[in-house]
Amino acid sequence: MRLLIKNGRVVDPSSGIDETLDILVEKGKIVDLRAKIESNNAQVIDASRLVVAPGFIDMHAHLREPGQEDKEDIRTASLAAASGGFTSLCAMPNTQPVNDNRGVTEYILSEANKRSRVNIFPVAAITKNLKGEELTDMADLFSAGAVAFSDDGRCVQDSLVMRRALEYSNFLQAPIIDHCENSSLSQDGLMHEGFYSHLFGLKGIPSSAEDIMVARDIILAEAANARIHIAHLSTRGSVYLVREAKKRKVKVTAEVTPHHLVLTDSALENYSTNLKVNPPLRGQDDVQALLDAVKDGVIDVFATDHAPHTQEEKDVEFDRAPFGINGLETAVSLLLDKLVNKNIISLPRFIEMISTRPAQILGLKDKGRIAPGADADLTILNLHKEVVVDVHLFLSKSRNNPFHGWKLKGAPTMTIVAGKAVDPCS
Amino acid sequence: MLEFKQRHLLGIQNLDVSDIMTILDTAESLAEISTREVKKVPTLRGKTVVNLFFEPSTRTRSSFELAAKRLSADIINFSQQGSSVVKGETLKDTVLNLEAMNPDALIIRHSCSGAPYFVSTFCKSHVINAGDGSHEHPTQALLDAFTIRQQKKSFKNLRVVIVGDILHSRVARSNIFLLQKVGAQVTLVGPPPLLPAEFNNFGAQISYDLDRALEGADVIMMLRIQKERQEANFFPSIREYRNLYCLTQKRYSLANKDAIIMHPGPINRGVEISSEMADSVKSVILKQVENGISIRMAILYLLLGGKERETAD
Repeated sequence: MRLLIKNGRVVDPSSGIDETLDILVEKGKIVDLRAKIESNNAQVIDASRLVVAPGFIDMHAHLREPGQEDKEDIRTASLAAASGGFTSLCAMPNTQPVNDNRGVTEYILSEANKRSRVNIFPVAAITKNLKGEELTDMADLFSAGAVAFSDDGRCVQDSLVMRRALEYSNFLQAPIIDHCENSSLSQDGLMHEGFYSHLFGLKGIPSSAEDIMVARDIILAEAANARIHIAHLSTRGSVYLVREAKKRKVKVTAEVTPHHLVLTDSALENYSTNLKVNPPLRGQDDVQALLDAVKDGVIDVFATDHAPHTQEEKDVEFDRAPFGINGLETAVSLLLDKLVNKNIISLPRFIEMISTRPAQILGLKDKGRIAPGADADLTILNLHKEVVVDVHLFLSKSRNNPFHGWKLKGAPTMTIVAGKAVDPCS
Repeated sequence: MLEFKQRHLLGIQNLDVSDIMTILDTAESLAEISTREVKKVPTLRGKTVVNLFFEPSTRTRSSFELAAKRLSADIINFSQQGSSVVKGETLKDTVLNLEAMNPDALIIRHSCSGAPYFVSTFCKSHVINAGDGSHEHPTQALLDAFTIRQQKKSFKNLRVVIVGDILHSRVARSNIFLLQKVGAQVTLVGPPPLLPAEFNNFGAQISYDLDRALEGADVIMMLRIQKERQEANFFPSIREYRNLYCLTQKRYSLANKDAIIMHPGPINRGVEISSEMADSVKSVILKQVENGISIRMAILYLLLGGKERETAD
């Protein structure tokens, strides 16, 4: 079965292509890319006035399976992903049981093979049971299919453990992804510490809790000549540290979520638990620093930190609600509306950050680019389509998204995985 | 009856000066009831009020209870111990179940900031915040203002010093909001970790030196210091705290003549306030408690009495 995508604006940052081209796909691979391809036995998709991009890769999602299928499972996360324009998802390891051994990695991959509509790449734990004490069998996990290591949700507090993890994993082509949070500084904080936490009487999480761990990780990665990827960067201080480290050629990369780019701590005035997220929504000056870092390349990747939680868990006092925002189905429209359509970044830069760079960082050689021989994972965008976010229409199992009712311009219209258009509603 | 346009009393932040003055004036006119031989009027007969206290409290709970009773409302007391909360019932379910019994007002004390606001988003009754986490304690600030007005006649340019654990204090926050709205000048004093610099942006002055801050003060409001703050290293020791921030006779003499001494209670004698000062003729601590009943009667009257009148029109 051949697929021919005609007349789209093809944007591939890896090769610098940004022009109207046709793409011919066969057996899950891109086989031809040029103007005016003719093929009489291919299914044709007319992409006129649309953008054709390499499939979007979310490096940071919580699929909740195994163990917390009341919030989400591999199938529903994959449907939400496809609906949101993502062709690949990284599955964070804080499941129950934790993905800290080959058995869990293989389970996720085998279930994904049966039930997922997009590619699933497991991220395995750095330490056993996310306790921050003993390293997992990293080489075994890598050979089982893990593409990265992270104790996400927690941060390895012991600097020697982190040092060993960086040194040990250095020979594997899989980065360490750290959720940077010094837990003695963040304690049981609920929101960003500052004027608004004092105004609302909510316990603060200071920026220093993140900055200290970002600094530590950079220092350790530099010493070990190892790669470190900083998850969900949220503070001005972290941006400064990553920028300085990159100048020194430290192998550090960083991601940012859409919610940290479009919301600030002042939004918590109604104690909405859908805005309770970790790292917390920060101040206006932090948001400005993050936007600057997106523009000048200090931040490499957009990632959702998709963290589904049930209605019951969120419909409680602010203190008692779990942290997390359900993000897969709003990320692309938010970034297109707030960044691309407002000319803060270009369309190619956006695609670079949501496809090209994630593929490079994760070592997915056949993804994140549009070229003959590459996987036929493609995301088609309509930059002019206006959408109103309605959480009740989500394909995710959960609804904990603070953008309900937002009008956004720009949306994914088709997600093609391995040469087949995914219809998430079928 | 004076016009009152609020449906709930969630915090001082939501009130404007005329709301505040309406409450104070109403409290003043109701105060006389508590001095009668028969301390009861039929104003809220047939109304049901629920005291919903998820945190221990004797003063505020009893004060609301007496206020309701003096207006002839029926009141039931709900406390976390011995309730379904210990069986895992959520706040929302607890409130919905109580609401099924058709109360008119819910008075909520909760350790989580924002809990009364959360309740107000889904319930039909009037919600009265009796203290939420570190956020607000509006009836305390109102009874403090009532007491200050009683003693000082006007708020204009009055210098109020609030001393202690500002960071965790809902009393401090409600007082900062209220006193500034009515034209007083507020100075906050405490050890730096309990008084973050961001409180500057509330419009108040910040000082770490109590002696200096007391110069020219008309009202001295001491806050309770909790032992667990010392255990969490917010300050080194009770001894050091006492040396720096305990209100003593010597320190009091730095303030304006006739400065009044306030405290929301419960007091730690010999820690934030010396016994001599707590019991001095300048102390209005027990007047605050007395005035608390009038303020809470006013709140109940304005929220519950006004409603009936509207529907009767």
